[in-house]
Amino acid sequence: MKDVHLISLSVNGNEHELVVESRRTLADMLRHDLGYTGTHLGCEHGICGACTILLDDQPVRACLVFGVQADGCEVRTVEGLADGDQLSDLQQAFSDRHGLQCGFCTPGFLMLAEAYLSEADSSADPESVREAMASNLCRCTGYQGIVEAVCDVARSRHPAGST
Amino acid sequence: MTRFAVKATLRATNAPTGPLGRTGARMAREAKLDGHGTWIGASVPRKEDGRMLRGSGRFVDDVERYGALHAAFVRSPYGSATVNSIDVAAATGIPGVHHVLTAADLDNPYLLAVLERDEFVPTTMPLLAESEVRHAAEPVAVVLAEDPYAAEDGAEAVEIDFTPRQAVTDLDTAPTGPNVHSGLADNCLVDLTMFDDDRLDGVLADAPLTVEAEFSSARLAALPMEGRGCLAEWDDRDGQVVLHASTQVPHQLRSGIAQALGLPESTVRVIAPDVGGGFGLKCVVGREEVVIAAAAARLRRPVKWVEDRQENLTASFHGHEQHYAVRAAFDTTGRLLGLAADIRCDVGAYSAFPFTCAVEPLMAATELPGAYKVPAYRARGRAIATNKPPTAPYRGVSRPQIVLVMERLMEKAAAALDLDPLEVRRRNLISEGEFPYTGASGITYDEGSYRESLDLAEKTVTEAGWYSERDELRAAGIPAGIGFSCFSERTAYGTPIMAQRRMGMTPGYDTAHVRMDPTGEVIVTTGTCGHGQGHETTFAQIVATRLGVHPDQVRLRQGDTDLAAYGWGTFGSRSIVIGGTSARRAADDVAAQLRRIAAHLLEVDESDVRLMHGAATVRGVPGASLEIAELARTAYFRAHTLPEGSEHGLEARGSADPPGTFSNACHTVLVTADPGTGAVRVRRYLVVEDCGVVINPLVVDGQVRGGVTQGIAAALYERIRYDGDGQPNSATLMDYLAPTASEICPIQITHLETPCPYTEDGAKGMGEGGTIGAPAAVLNAVNDALAHTGVAMDHIPVRPEDVLSSLSRPLATVGGT
Amino acid sequence: MKPAAFTYHRAHDVREAVELLTELGDEAKILAGGQSLAPMMNFRLARPSALVDITRVPGLDYLRHDADGLRIGALTTHRAVETAGVPDGFRVLPRAARWVGHYPIRCRGTFGGSIAHGDPTSEWCLLAVLLEAGIVLRGPRGRREVPATEFFHGFFATAAEPDEMIVEIRFPGAAPRAALTEFAQRQGDFAVVAAAVSLTIEDGVCSAARLVLGGVDPQPAVVDADQALVGRSANETTWRAAGELAAESIDPPSDGHGSGAYRKRLAATLVSRAFTEAATS
Repeated sequence: MKDVHLISLSVNGNEHELVVESRRTLADMLRHDLGYTGTHLGCEHGICGACTILLDDQPVRACLVFGVQADGCEVRTVEGLADGDQLSDLQQAFSDRHGLQCGFCTPGFLMLAEAYLSEADSSADPESVREAMASNLCRCTGYQGIVEAVCDVARSRHPAGST
Repeated sequence: MTRFAVKATLRATNAPTGPLGRTGARMAREAKLDGHGTWIGASVPRKEDGRMLRGSGRFVDDVERYGALHAAFVRSPYGSATVNSIDVAAATGIPGVHHVLTAADLDNPYLLAVLERDEFVPTTMPLLAESEVRHAAEPVAVVLAEDPYAAEDGAEAVEIDFTPRQAVTDLDTAPTGPNVHSGLADNCLVDLTMFDDDRLDGVLADAPLTVEAEFSSARLAALPMEGRGCLAEWDDRDGQVVLHASTQVPHQLRSGIAQALGLPESTVRVIAPDVGGGFGLKCVVGREEVVIAAAAARLRRPVKWVEDRQENLTASFHGHEQHYAVRAAFDTTGRLLGLAADIRCDVGAYSAFPFTCAVEPLMAATELPGAYKVPAYRARGRAIATNKPPTAPYRGVSRPQIVLVMERLMEKAAAALDLDPLEVRRRNLISEGEFPYTGASGITYDEGSYRESLDLAEKTVTEAGWYSERDELRAAGIPAGIGFSCFSERTAYGTPIMAQRRMGMTPGYDTAHVRMDPTGEVIVTTGTCGHGQGHETTFAQIVATRLGVHPDQVRLRQGDTDLAAYGWGTFGSRSIVIGGTSARRAADDVAAQLRRIAAHLLEVDESDVRLMHGAATVRGVPGASLEIAELARTAYFRAHTLPEGSEHGLEARGSADPPGTFSNACHTVLVTADPGTGAVRVRRYLVVEDCGVVINPLVVDGQVRGGVTQGIAAALYERIRYDGDGQPNSATLMDYLAPTASEICPIQITHLETPCPYTEDGAKGMGEGGTIGAPAAVLNAVNDALAHTGVAMDHIPVRPEDVLSSLSRPLATVGGT
Repeated sequence: MKPAAFTYHRAHDVREAVELLTELGDEAKILAGGQSLAPMMNFRLARPSALVDITRVPGLDYLRHDADGLRIGALTTHRAVETAGVPDGFRVLPRAARWVGHYPIRCRGTFGGSIAHGDPTSEWCLLAVLLEAGIVLRGPRGRREVPATEFFHGFFATAAEPDEMIVEIRFPGAAPRAALTEFAQRQGDFAVVAAAVSLTIEDGVCSAARLVLGGVDPQPAVVDADQALVGRSANETTWRAAGELAAESIDPPSDGHGSGAYRKRLAATLVSRAFTEAATS
C-alpha cells in the first residue's frame, strides 16, 4: 500500500489539490503531477540547484523537500516570473548578459537570484553576488553573464543600497 | 511580432592599430564587401532565451506520454565479474513494476564501433551485459515500472549472482592485468605508430637540448547539467519507433539503433528536443537509449528513462584520462628540432559508437604539434582498455592535453636554455608568411594569428599590470604565477579529414534546407543539433543576411531525423562552419529565386536586384522596390504571373564539406596559491581569440567563457576516481568538484579575426577552444607560482595537496625542471 | 535517485513528535530541514520506514539569551543564525554560519538538524563541542540535557535515542574570543578540515584555550594544545606552534579530498588561522 496524502498548495498563485505519495519529491510533484516542468532536476542531492524554487518565499532545493511537505504552502517557480510574454527585469537581464546557454540550470538560477535580490541587504557587489550564485552549478556560461545580470538587477532594484 | 532593436553592425574588435592592425584592415574590407544589411557580427539577442527564461523550454523529461513506463537499469556492483544468473522473480512482484528485461529478452543486442585499421581490435558493447560485466555500473537488466520510484524499487530487487574478478583500473597495470575482453593482448585496443620520421632518433641524439618529460590528465565527466535521457514510443501510424533523446547527434543515434536492432533506418525516428548541454557526452550512442527504443518497440508502449546524476557520473561515458611520455629536441636558440611522443589513453571497457575508442589517441597523435613547427615527428598512440566506463569525445578531445604537453615543453626548454619562454614560443610558432603551412603530420593549417595573439596577450597583461601584481603578491608571501598557452585547434572536420581516421561511419558533411513560406517567413532545417550554442540565433543571422529579412523571421528546425537530411549533429566545433555554410548556400539559392521573381516583376536585370531590410531594391533605380513578402506571395499564389519554367515554391538545399579550419588563441592567466592550504585561485584570465569572422559576439564570448571554465575545472578541480577494484569514488557532486561561481573569475576576451578561406562567411569553429587552452595556461601559471620551489608539475588536476607538498618540500631535495 | 517508500507523519507539537517516534519504532526518523537526510534518502543510503515531520512544530525557532546562556531552538535555520543579532560573546555563531553549505541550504536547514545528523565536519557540531553546549532532548522519559562533548559518537551517530528529539541547544557561556575556519576546495562544500577555537587572553598572554577539529576523526575532535598555548604570548608564533602541535596530535583518514598527511598540514594552517581570528575578534 502506498502512503498517500491529499494536499493543497498554491503554485504561482494557482490553487492545486492533489493526492501525492509520501516519498515523491516536491520537484517531481511540481513537474510531473502539476506540469510545472520549468523546475529542472540536475542532481537530486542538493548540490546543483537546478530545482531551486521559492517555498513560502524561501529558496529551497525542490529535490530535498517532499511534495507532501508543501501542503498549505505557497510555491513560486520560474513559470511565475514573467508577465505573459513580458520577461521580468531579471529574466531580461539574463538574456542581455548572456547568462544562459543550454537553459537547463537557468530556472534554478533565476529563483536563487530572486531570493537573493529580495533580501534587504542584497548588494550589487560582484563578490557578494558571486558567493550567492555559487549555490548553483552551471556548466555552460562560466557564470560571468549570470553574475553580471544579477548585479544589474540589484543595482536597478536597490539603487540606494548598492555598494 | 516584436523586432529586436539591434542594428546590424560589424564586430568592433579590440585589435590595436600599428603592427597588429592587419586584422583591422581585414575587418574594414569585410565591411565594404558586405555593406550594411548584414547581421553577421551583430550581438543579436538569442532567440532561444525567451522560452528558457520562462521555464517553457522542452527537455526530454518534460515530454510526457500517457501510460509511459519508467525505466531503471540494474547495474553491476563490480568492476569486473562473471554473471552467473539473473533472477527477476522478486522484482516483477514489486508493486508498480511491469517488466524486467535482460539481454536474453532482447536477443542479446550490441553496438559495434569499427575502425578499418589493422591496429584496431573491434569489440562489441552489449546493450545489457550477458555473461560478464566489464565495469561498475554496467547495465545488466532494465526494470520498467509505473513511475521512477517503483522502477528503482524493482531494480533493487533483481537478484544477480556475480563472481567478481580482479579488475584492471589503470594504464600502468593494464598490460599485465587480466584481459578486459577475452584474448585482448596487453589490453590494447588500438596501437598506432604514426608519422615515424627516420631522422628523428638522430635528431634527438644530436640535439643540444633534449627534454624528456611525462604528462598526465585525470579521467573526467563532461557533466552536462541535464544528464542523458530518452522517451521512446511506438507510432503505429508511421510504423516507427520514435525516440525523443537528449543527444547531440540524432542521425547517428538513429543509425546506432537501427544497426543494433537490425531495423531499417526509416523505422526509427530520433527527435532531440531542447538538450541541456552535451560537451561530447551526447555525441555517441548510449546503450540505454537503444535499450529503451527496443523496449518501446517490443512492448508497443511509451518508455522513458532519465539518467540520474549518480548514473551520469558512474555509468555514462567519461574521457580525458591520458598519459604522455615525450622527448623533444631543441637547438640552443630554443627552436624545436624534433618530437617523439608515446601516448596512452585509458579508454575504459568499450569502444563508443560510432567514434570508437581510437578517437582520443588518434587525435592526440595526429595533432600534437599544434601551433608549432615540428620538423621531425613520431607519435605512438594507444587506447588501453580498463574496467571503467567507456569514453566519449569530451569537449576538446585530447587537445587540452596536447596543448598542455607543447606548452610545458616550451617552458621546460626555455628554463633549460635560460631563455624567455614567450620568445621560445615565438621562435616555434607557425607565423605570418608561412601559411598555409603543412606540418609533420600532414596537416595543412589555414591562416591564423598565432604570433599576433601571443603578442597581443603579452602586451595586454603587461599594460594591465599583471606582472607587477604578481610581484607584489609574491613580496607579500603569496605564491603567484602567470601562465600562457598558445594553440590552434582544427575545427569543422569535413569528410576528407575524418576519412583519415578510417571509421566504419565517416562523419563530415552536412546539409541544410531553406524554405521561405508565402508570408516571407523562413524555415531552415539542418542536420546539426545545437544544445546551448545559440544556433537558432546564429543560423538565423546567416540566412537573414542572405535573404534580406530580419533574423526574427527565420526559424531553425533541427534535431529531427524525419525533418532533416542525414546530418552528423553538433560536435567538434563544426556546426556554424559546416551547418552554417550549408544554410548560407541554400539561402543564396533561395535569394537567387527571389531576385529572379523581383527582376521579372520590376522588369530589371536580375543582377541589379538587392535583398535588404525586407525588400528587393534595384541598384541605380531609387524607388523601384518590392516587399520580400510580396515576392513570396507571388511565388506561391501567383505562380502563373512568372515566366514559364520558373521553379515552384521558394526552397533550396545546400551542403558543405570543408577540409577543416584552424582557429587559434592565446590564453593568459594569473593564479595565486594559498601557502597554508595549497589551494590555487584563478585571479585573472585573458583570452585572445581568433575564430575568424565572428557571427554573434555574445554567443562566441559565451562559448569561450564556458569553455575556459571547463578547462580551469580540468586543471584544478575535477577528477573521476576509481579504486583498485574498479569501484567509483566520484559518484556525487560532493566528490566530483565542478566549479561554482566562486571558483571562477571574470574572463576577459579580445578578438582577432582571420577569416576562414573555406567558409562563405569566414567563420571558423570555436566551441572547444576555451577548454583546450585553459589547462595548459593554468598549469603553467601554477608552475610559475611554484618556481621558487624548483618543483615542476606536469599533471592535471593539480590538487591543493600537490601544491602544498611542493611548497613545503625541502629545497635541497628538489631537482631541476 | 528516488527514495524508498516511507510513511509520512506530521507532528504539531513536541509531545506528538515524541509519541510518533515511540509508536513508529526505531526505523522512524525526524524530518526537519531535510538538507542532509533527503539526499541520503535519494541515494537510498538512508531508508527510514517513517518520517516524522517537525517543520511545523511551533516555538522551536528562536535564539534566546538568558542567565543560562544562549539558547537556540532546534528548528532555527542556519540563515536565521547567520542574520541574528546575538550578544557579544556569541558572535562566533553567526560568523561561522557562512561556512554552512550554500544560501538555499542555510535557508532550509536547521541548527538542531545539523546536531542530530552528527556530521564530523558540521560547523554547529564543532562549535557545540568547542563551547561545551548542552543538547536538550525530549523523549518519552522526559527531558534531558546531554553535554555536546558526550553527544557525538562517530559518523552520524549520537547519544540521542531513536525516540528522542532535539529541542534546543544551549550555549552556557560566552566565548568572546572564538573562531571557526575551514577548508574545502569549493565554496560551500563540506570541510576537508575545520578548526574551531576559543581563547582567553590576559595581559597579552594566552591563559586558556580550547580547540576542536573537524574532518580528522569520526566525531568532532577535541585537541589539547595547551602546551603550546597556555602561558604563551598571544601572537602569531604561538598560534603557529599550536597549529603544529595540533597537527602532530591527530591521525586523520585519507580520502579523495585529501590524504591523512595533507589533512594534518591543513589542521596546522587552520588552527593557526582560527587562533589569529579569535585573538582579534
